[in-house]
Amino acid sequence: MGDWQFFALLMSNGILIGLMYSLIALGFVLVYKATDAINFAQGEFVMISGFVVAVALGAWGAPLWVAVAAGLAGMVGFGFGLERVMLRRLIGRPIIAVVMATIGLAAVLRGFGPLVWGADTKALALPIRDEPIVLGPLFIPPIQLLGATVSIVFLGAFGWFFLRSRKGIAMRAVADSQQVAMAMGINVERYFALAWAMTGVVSALGGIVWGNLLGVDVHLSLVGLKVFPVVILGGLDSIPGAIIGGLVIGVVENVAAGYIDPFVGGGTKDFAPYVVMILVLMFRPYGIFGKKIIERV
Amino acid sequence: MSALLTITDVSKSFGGVQAVSQVDLEVERGELLSVIGPNGAGKTSLLNMISGFYHPDRGAIVFDGEDITREAPSRIAAHGVARTFQNIALFKGMSVLDNLMLGRHVRMRSGVLASVVYWGLAQKEEVAHRRRVEDVIDFLKIQDLRRRPTGSLPYGRQKRVELGRALALEPKLLLLDEPMGGMNQEEKEDMARFILDVNEEWGTTIILIEHDMGVVMDISDRVAVLDMGQKIAEGTPDEVRAKPRVIKAYLGERKPRAAAREPIHERG
Repeated sequence: MGDWQFFALLMSNGILIGLMYSLIALGFVLVYKATDAINFAQGEFVMISGFVVAVALGAWGAPLWVAVAAGLAGMVGFGFGLERVMLRRLIGRPIIAVVMATIGLAAVLRGFGPLVWGADTKALALPIRDEPIVLGPLFIPPIQLLGATVSIVFLGAFGWFFLRSRKGIAMRAVADSQQVAMAMGINVERYFALAWAMTGVVSALGGIVWGNLLGVDVHLSLVGLKVFPVVILGGLDSIPGAIIGGLVIGVVENVAAGYIDPFVGGGTKDFAPYVVMILVLMFRPYGIFGKKIIERV
Repeated sequence: MSALLTITDVSKSFGGVQAVSQVDLEVERGELLSVIGPNGAGKTSLLNMISGFYHPDRGAIVFDGEDITREAPSRIAAHGVARTFQNIALFKGMSVLDNLMLGRHVRMRSGVLASVVYWGLAQKEEVAHRRRVEDVIDFLKIQDLRRRPTGSLPYGRQKRVELGRALALEPKLLLLDEPMGGMNQEEKEDMARFILDVNEEWGTTIILIEHDMGVVMDISDRVAVLDMGQKIAEGTPDEVRAKPRVIKAYLGERKPRAAAREPIHERG
């Protein structure tokens, strides 16, 4: 295998994985954009959805569409419920309160998943082939192709929603200024709930794709850790930022792992994204597309 | 017919500061009422209570026969109360058109799900709303700005767009918080003209907060004067202008001499 071929392979893999990061980052961005809350439990949302779908498919033997529907409905309901029961009470409190609440929630969910569904790693089987699709010099695992396709479709759909639809524009208005949005007659709390429900949808899809790729256990929540480099790079409140950030982080970690891992014996994938994140925080703290505001904490 | 807005014995304090104190105010249908007073007199606090951002500690606010004292801002907007803000509060990343369409929000019927499912219906509704928005655009002469992001517009134009967004709501009551603040003379004259036209041609009731006394005395039907949270005078511009307490509270601030001469007025 030639050098360029190796590089192309790393790139294509990075792009596909990166799009799958983008999808999860989108969930984070939706909530931050609409409600100003930083959701440290994003990875745990993905894990819970993975559990629901894997158990529905495996233990209950449900058909695929029922399992997927259960995952989606469960996560949307979870998002709505979470907003109503926990987060609505925190509106207007210091941002650190919401941060701590979601960190606590993350810990609870990491305990809750294995407690209810068992700690063993579950397979989340999808009716797709395992053998990679060979495309010239590239080997593309079908699950990555599926994940990337789902990501593109939903990133596009949410992009359309925010740019073109009335509800999406109203949601941006809420994000811009809650007070002014209220003066327009916009029921701000309803849009908060909608944002959390949309995050539920994205997390459910992420859980299915990542669950298939990694298997479902408590470690599935670790994909959430990749969200932070992605959104810091792209900008916390930017959907294009989530896409570009996901792509860059996916490519960086793959290419870095491909060239550095042979010398250090592995682990490059886990730290390379954070090197990028720290550099971004040092030189462009609001990210590529983020709003240039000085956060006063 | 009863007054459109009745404010009865309304008080509001923040911490130890009495922002508004026992204010009574009635606004008749079709009226243009100005609220004036020195900085910190409680004008904006009063406006914020009408639009529901603050709830009064005591007293009642009745709008169009309904008690709105404790209602949420979004409900009050739905009753037909629109407002502009002291500092421009446009959604800056959005086009003029999107800002104005947001003004239509309370008039839009289809819900979140419906707007996705009943695609056609939502489109139809959109056309009807666009018509009203186009009327507002024509009225304010901002036809050439439709697609421009509001953040890129000059200050005076932004103020005009913000007025347009409030008008798009088809308000029964329009609250304007210093719509001419920071404008040059020409922009002020344009804005005064628009406000008068809204009031006279469209019959919209208006409460105006403004510091430019020339404009206020020119266009208002009535003027209410606040000082230190209390209403110290109310009447036609001429009546208000002649009241000693007003001269003391208002002109005294900038021209100490007028305040010094105040006892003479009181006797005369």
